[in-house]
Amino acid sequence: MKLIFEASRQGRGCSLLPACDVPVYALDAAAGRKNPPRLPEVAEIDLIRHYSALAKRAYGVNDGFYPLGSCTMKYNPKINEEIASLPGFTRIHPLQPLAMSQGCLEVLKLAEGYLCEITGMDAMTLQPAAGAHGELTGMLLIKAFHQSRKDTKRTKIIVPDSAHGTNPASAAMAGFDVVSIPSTEEGMVDVAKLREAVGDDTAGLMLTNPNTVGLFDKNILEITEIIHKAGGLNYYDGANLNAIMGKARPGDMGFDVVHINLHKTFATPHGGGGPGSGPVGCKAPLAVFMPGAPIREAACWADTGDQELEIIKRAAAEQAEGTAPPPKNDEEKEIQKAAKELLARLQQAAGPELEFGPVSPLSIGSVRAFYGNFLVVVKALTYILTLGKEGIPEASENAVLNANYLMSKVKDLYPVAYGKHCMHEFVVTLEALKKETGISAMDIAKGLLDFGIHPPTMYFPLIVHEALMLEPTETESRETLDEAAEMLRKLHEIAKTDPDILHAAPVTTTVQRLDEVGAARHPKLHYAFPE
Amino acid sequence: MNYPKELFYMKSHEWVKFLDDATALVGISDHAQDALGDLVFVNLPQAEDAVTAGESFADVESVKAVSDVYSPVTGTIAEINEALLDSPELLNQDPYGAWMIKVVNVTDHADLLSAEDYEKMIAEEA
Amino acid sequence: MGNYIPSTAGERQAMLEAIGFDSMEALFKAQIPEKILLDQPLDLPSGLSEKEVRSVMEAIAAKNHAFRTIFRGAGAYHHYIPSMVKSVVSNETLLTAYTPYQAEISQGILQSIFEYQTMICELTGMDAANASVYDGASAAAEATAMCRERKRTKVLVSAAVNPQVIRTIRTYCWGAGAAVVLLPAKDGVTDWQAMEQLADGETACLYVQHPNFYGLLEDVETAVRLTHQAGAKLIMGVNPIAQAILKTPAAYDADIVVGEGQPLGMPLSFGGPYLGFMACKQDMVRKLPGRIVGETTDREGKRAFVLTLQAREQHIRREKASSSLCSNQALCALTASVYMSAMGPQGMAEAARQSMSKAHYAAAQISAIPGYELKFSGEFFHEFVTKSPIPPEEILERLECEDMLGGYPLQGDLEGCILWCCTEMNTKSEIDQLVNVLKEVAEQ
Repeated sequence: MKLIFEASRQGRGCSLLPACDVPVYALDAAAGRKNPPRLPEVAEIDLIRHYSALAKRAYGVNDGFYPLGSCTMKYNPKINEEIASLPGFTRIHPLQPLAMSQGCLEVLKLAEGYLCEITGMDAMTLQPAAGAHGELTGMLLIKAFHQSRKDTKRTKIIVPDSAHGTNPASAAMAGFDVVSIPSTEEGMVDVAKLREAVGDDTAGLMLTNPNTVGLFDKNILEITEIIHKAGGLNYYDGANLNAIMGKARPGDMGFDVVHINLHKTFATPHGGGGPGSGPVGCKAPLAVFMPGAPIREAACWADTGDQELEIIKRAAAEQAEGTAPPPKNDEEKEIQKAAKELLARLQQAAGPELEFGPVSPLSIGSVRAFYGNFLVVVKALTYILTLGKEGIPEASENAVLNANYLMSKVKDLYPVAYGKHCMHEFVVTLEALKKETGISAMDIAKGLLDFGIHPPTMYFPLIVHEALMLEPTETESRETLDEAAEMLRKLHEIAKTDPDILHAAPVTTTVQRLDEVGAARHPKLHYAFPE
Repeated sequence: MNYPKELFYMKSHEWVKFLDDATALVGISDHAQDALGDLVFVNLPQAEDAVTAGESFADVESVKAVSDVYSPVTGTIAEINEALLDSPELLNQDPYGAWMIKVVNVTDHADLLSAEDYEKMIAEEA
Repeated sequence: MGNYIPSTAGERQAMLEAIGFDSMEALFKAQIPEKILLDQPLDLPSGLSEKEVRSVMEAIAAKNHAFRTIFRGAGAYHHYIPSMVKSVVSNETLLTAYTPYQAEISQGILQSIFEYQTMICELTGMDAANASVYDGASAAAEATAMCRERKRTKVLVSAAVNPQVIRTIRTYCWGAGAAVVLLPAKDGVTDWQAMEQLADGETACLYVQHPNFYGLLEDVETAVRLTHQAGAKLIMGVNPIAQAILKTPAAYDADIVVGEGQPLGMPLSFGGPYLGFMACKQDMVRKLPGRIVGETTDREGKRAFVLTLQAREQHIRREKASSSLCSNQALCALTASVYMSAMGPQGMAEAARQSMSKAHYAAAQISAIPGYELKFSGEFFHEFVTKSPIPPEEILERLECEDMLGGYPLQGDLEGCILWCCTEMNTKSEIDQLVNVLKEVAEQ
């Protein structure tokens, strides 16, 4: 199909802006650009048809089964989208007066609280925009913690060899050296090797549990204790949180810092690669290092630790009770005046007023501008409120049930890499099939495309050869799983009887397999406009 | 697979050709290029950089992997093979013609294998 | 109460039995140690029906106030969003797709990113752009990482850069162990005199924003000259709307361009999701972080698109990758593409010219009020700073009564000054009304 630049016709356009109603200001030619950018010139109908055609050449959760392991491609509820498009959320300037943004602050405060409860953490920041961004934030928190204790020799982060690539990359961005430790034959952390790896240079451990092969590491308490005893902190990668919500909490497993992917676990859509949201939670001792300003209830009656404010609050309480003594001096007069204002504010406010508190002097700073991918948080909050305390664990239960069910239907043909049961996802290895028939994990994946299913994650984790990782999620029905199992079995049969079909697959898609080598050797990264 | 006799090899699959006592060409072996698959990019150091025997001096990329390349010798880079920057496929097509760096003032070298021993090692690994 | 699980209780029981368990509890107990399993429900409210959750969330949204008229920017800009934008980005397939790993069924997403990359290259004049990063501030921070080398780690940043961007650069650089040095500002623009002392053989790059935080155009020629003289790279932070009419960073010979893409069709949304865009010269392409889409062909020679240069990225290079970027802001990049296509070169230039013209009209009117004056004299785009003897809070509160969000009250050295912004959204009559209110406040 055409690129939008190829559909462009000089002079076409859309009628969008009125004429300028003030004198047009003439920009000094030296500061101006020589030629206009070659953006498309298209009519409205050209544009809409172009993007409709692009959408037809894509595949989303709405189009069918999406068992992409470690990505938690669950259904994205439509009410969440509608709520996030309310003008009361979309038209709010991030720097407008807080009294006019109370709803936004409430969204952030509620989401922080619920996410703390689900993960077992004490504080939460919603600033990070994605999972890897959360990892970087978490690593910086750990760095700040050790630095604040002048414990600067802690330069090493331990990461299992089964980890997602973002883990070591995020640790390196925070200035840490990465120590990789091998997994056991059961796919778990090798506790003996971990003991050997820790020392007074250990800053922390990064782990996901259930791990990347879909198994819950039963030694988790021992593992996190080894790190704590060595003086390090434990970081929980929330990629697999969908397996354990309401069943177990990272905070109860010895983790000090976690990140969550709202675009996985909390049902916000992936948008073809973002925007996501990667909130980071931590235990109380780390809260002072969090990025951005904390949200708090303004002038609430609880102790804020701010001495001056506490004096004013006591005076306001006395005024409210009618027991305030007459002021003895100017200072007391000032206090009484402030107390009166405070009281008026409190009486006026319908509920407790929310505000941003001061940024902690020990804060790591900011990992981006403003407060995070706010509308994504709105969607996730809508989801949490919908599911509630009953629905949250139910989601995890059914995610685990669906994964085990699908696994049981294919494991005789597709050997499971590790374990008898699994949590929310499982990894199969096609090493034997490849040796026997020449059909690789990639070929099976491409074969699934011809059946209209999105393939599982391929070649991950790196410790499993010819890996396919399947995560059905809780929002798929039994028939969908049965059909998918049928197709996988059929593909296995084709691999044995007529492998050429799979080498040629996919054939029903808009394009066939691509020349990735050519793309990387001689990169063409933008449209070449005709001269 | 082809392992020219006049070259020496490292266990990590680099070759070295001594032009004289203090000058050497370095590249990757036929076995290495085959195992890596179609190479799409070579990340080379700059002339005048120092290299140390046994330490990484470059990396090579295929579509889905990146691998370090280790130096068999200690010395100073006199020249890099700039043709590789535009045509990394030369490493696949002619691994022994497509040298990566020319090292001068060679003062030391890593443990090196003869062509025969290298070939034996590869046969054992397979 | 609400959930999105299709299977019935009966079906679940049958599936449990099929895998050899009689209950969910047994399924979890078989895998998670008893000590860790929660023995009580989470302390969350009970679930809600769709009808209930709608009213709860609508009530929360109602606690916000959306201003009728906005004269505030400072990093988040109120521009006209064509209807086409929402129509396209609400498309359920584009919305619910994952990162296009499986190229054969993702050509639509891949092509849209390729088109976006092309548009960013056109706006900036650069050779290559990535598929997006989290926002403008993190794009700036990622750009500094692209410039760091073994011997060159110091990052120079103009003090006239958006403070949130400076904070983000500082945070990233602190993590990487790189020093950040601020280049002072004078009269609202970067003071290049200081550059000669501060730029040295250890300097990796200079970050300059154009137009800068105060809306002023910087002397980018001098910035480029001094930076390149020191052997360092120049990173330019730009406003994408202004870029429709301003000289391109490529024409200035900048090495990297980044910016906040929010003005390209994204609503204010209390700060996010926004869009970080990044583009660079050819010789730095392999240092660009994140996803990049390239053109190639399929087996039959048909044009096709694919994620490329992946060996730069975390999933291959792991701890040696220069960034951990994985999910980016793809749907926001799509938003920007639709916006730029809908506006076209004329529409973009018109939005830029109107924003600039209205800002100049407003600045002239406000500075004509006795007591008010422009703080800086340099050329500006669509933001400008005023000072007046009246405390900003008083002015802003008065404007709020008229349902107008006034300019942003500056802090620090510029305490008492206000940073105003005009876009094509502000009509002449709104600006006149603003000026009248300011007059009234001044006269009281």
